[in-house]
Amino acid sequence: MEAVDAPVRTERYIDPYLAGALLGVVLFCAYALTGTGLGASGAINRAQLSIVKLVAPSHVDSVKHFAATAGGSRQPLADPSVGMLLGTLLGGFASGLLHRRVRVELRKGPRATAGTRLLLAFTGGGIMGFGARLARGCTSGQALSGGAVLSVGSFAFMFSIFGAGYALAWFFRKQWI
Amino acid sequence: MVPIDITSWSLVAQWMLSFGIGLAFGAVLESAGFGDSRRLSAQFYLRDMTVLKVMFGGIITAATLIFLTSSLGWLDFPSVFVNHTYLSSQVVGGLIMGVGFIVGGFCPGTSLVAASTLKIDGVVFLMGVAAGLFAFGETVPAFEAFYESGNQGRFTIGDWLAIDNGWALVGVVAMALAMFYGGEIAEAMVGRGQAWSDVALVPRNQWKNAAAATIVGLALFTAWRGQPDAADRWQVVAPQAQVQLTERAVYAHPLEIVQLKQNPGLYVHVLDVRPEHSFNLFHLKGAWHTPLETFDDPAFYRQLVGLPPNTVLIVMGQAEQEATAAWKRLQAERVPNAYIAEGGYNAWWALFPPESCLAESLPGADPVVERATWRFTSAIGARSYAAHPDCGCVEQDITCGDEAHASGRGEHPALPAALFTPKVKVKTGPTRTGGCS
Repeated sequence: MEAVDAPVRTERYIDPYLAGALLGVVLFCAYALTGTGLGASGAINRAQLSIVKLVAPSHVDSVKHFAATAGGSRQPLADPSVGMLLGTLLGGFASGLLHRRVRVELRKGPRATAGTRLLLAFTGGGIMGFGARLARGCTSGQALSGGAVLSVGSFAFMFSIFGAGYALAWFFRKQWI
Repeated sequence: MVPIDITSWSLVAQWMLSFGIGLAFGAVLESAGFGDSRRLSAQFYLRDMTVLKVMFGGIITAATLIFLTSSLGWLDFPSVFVNHTYLSSQVVGGLIMGVGFIVGGFCPGTSLVAASTLKIDGVVFLMGVAAGLFAFGETVPAFEAFYESGNQGRFTIGDWLAIDNGWALVGVVAMALAMFYGGEIAEAMVGRGQAWSDVALVPRNQWKNAAAATIVGLALFTAWRGQPDAADRWQVVAPQAQVQLTERAVYAHPLEIVQLKQNPGLYVHVLDVRPEHSFNLFHLKGAWHTPLETFDDPAFYRQLVGLPPNTVLIVMGQAEQEATAAWKRLQAERVPNAYIAEGGYNAWWALFPPESCLAESLPGADPVVERATWRFTSAIGARSYAAHPDCGCVEQDITCGDEAHASGRGEHPALPAALFTPKVKVKTGPTRTGGCS
C-alpha cells in the first residue's frame, strides 16, 4: 500500500462539464426507463441490514425502521436498488481499470496522516449515513435525482450540504490542503 | 410513452435494468474523478469546482431532457417519482451530510466508486456509512415526530412558485450557468493563483459556449411549449380509465365501503364532492368536504399523493355524475387507489335510512339525478347511525326516542344483508420510490 498525496492534477479525468452532461443523460435514462432516479444510500442500507439480519434476525424484526425493509420473510437484497449498487461498483471498477486507476492506495491531503485520514473517513461516513437516512436520500438519490425533477426539498437539501461543507471547511483545512 | 411501468416486471428483470443503469452511473462518476477524495474536498476550498460542474451539469441536462420530452408528450411526468419534500428533515439532514462530506471526503455514491478502484479511504468511508445507517435506524424512534414532520408530498419548484415547470427549468439552468461562471473564476484565482486582472472574464471555449447556448435554447423552448395541462394528463390515462368506468370496475357498493372502513389495515377517506349545504345536512362520519372546485387546486393533489400507500379514497356525490367527474381528475393526477361510491348518497340512504325524526324520504324522487332523495329537518352532519354504520360510535348521535328504530335507543342496528361484488383492489405493492429510500 502506498500513501498518495501528490497534487490532484496528476490524474487525467474527463472534462467535468462533459461528465455532467453524460451523468444527466444516464439520469434521464433512469427516469425514462424506470420512473425513478439514481441512488446509493438506500442499497447500502439494504446491504447493512442483510448483515444485521444474518447476525441477529430477531433484532431486525424488533426495530421498526429495519423491519420495514428486512423484517420477517423480507429479503433486504431482493430489490432493484441493490442491482444498481453492484452496477455502480462494477462500472467504477471498469472505468478505473481502463484508465489504470485501480490500485490499493490511500488518498489524503498533503498534511494529513494516514491514521487520521482513516479515522475521519469512518467518522465522516457515519455522519453521512445518518444524515442520508434523515434526509431520505443521499447526494445521488436526493440532491441529483430530486434536483432533476425540480423537487423543492431536494434543492433545499443540496444547498444545506454545500452550506455546511463551506462553513466547516476552514476547520478541516489541514486534512485536505 | 415513457416511463415504462416496470413494477409489473419480474424482480430479476427490474434488478438487471437497475444493474445496467448502475454500470453507466459508476463509470461516469469514476471518469469524472469522483473516486478521489482530494478532488471532491477541493470543492470546499474553491480550488477545483469539479463537484459543482458535474452535479449541476447532470441536473440541468437531465431536467431539460425530462421537461422537454414531457412538453412534447413523450414522457409522462406525473408517472415519474418526485422525491417528497419534508423541508425540516431535509435541511437538517443536508447540514449533517455537509459535515460528513468535509470530514470524510466522500458522499455515499462517490465512496462506492472510490472503493471499487481499491481506495482504502473509500472502503473505510463506506463502512462508516453502513454504521451511520444502522445508528439512524436504532435511534430514529427518539425523533420520529421530527423525521415525519412537514410532509409536502410531490412539490416541484413550479408548484411552489405557481409557474409552469418549464420556466422553473429556465431559472435553474440560468442559476447553474451563473455558478459555473463563478466557479471558473474561483478556480483561476484560488486554484491556479491568478490575479484578478489575469482572469479571463469572457468564456473563450467555443464548444462550452455552444453547449451553454444549446441548453438555454432547449429550456426556453420547453417553457414556451408549456407542460401538459389537466386535460392533456387525462388524455394519457383516458383509454384505460374509460374501460374501468364502462365496466363499473371502480364503483364500490355502500356495503363494501362499510367493510373497508372496518378494515384496520386500511385508511379509508371519503371525498364528499357535494356543495357545502348538502354536506352540512348529512355526511358520512369522517368524510372530507372536497367540493368540485377543490379538484382545480394543485395543493389538493399534493396532499393526496403524500398519503400512506394503504389508503383508499372513495369519491362520493349525491348520485354518480359529479363523483365520476371528480374521479377522472384524480386519475389525471395519478392518485392511486381511488374509487367512486356506487349510487352516491341516494343509494346510501336506500340501504342506511336516517332516523324518521331527522329526515323523510321524498316519494318519487329519482335517485340517479344529482338531487337529494331525502329531506332533512335540520343539519345533522354525521350525528346519525346512517352516517357511520361501520362503527358503534353512537355517543354523538341525535336520539329520537323512537322505539321502532334501534339507534333511536342508542343501540346499533345490524348491517343490512345485501350481495355485492367487491371492486376495491388496494395496490400497496411495489410503488415507485427514490433510490435512496
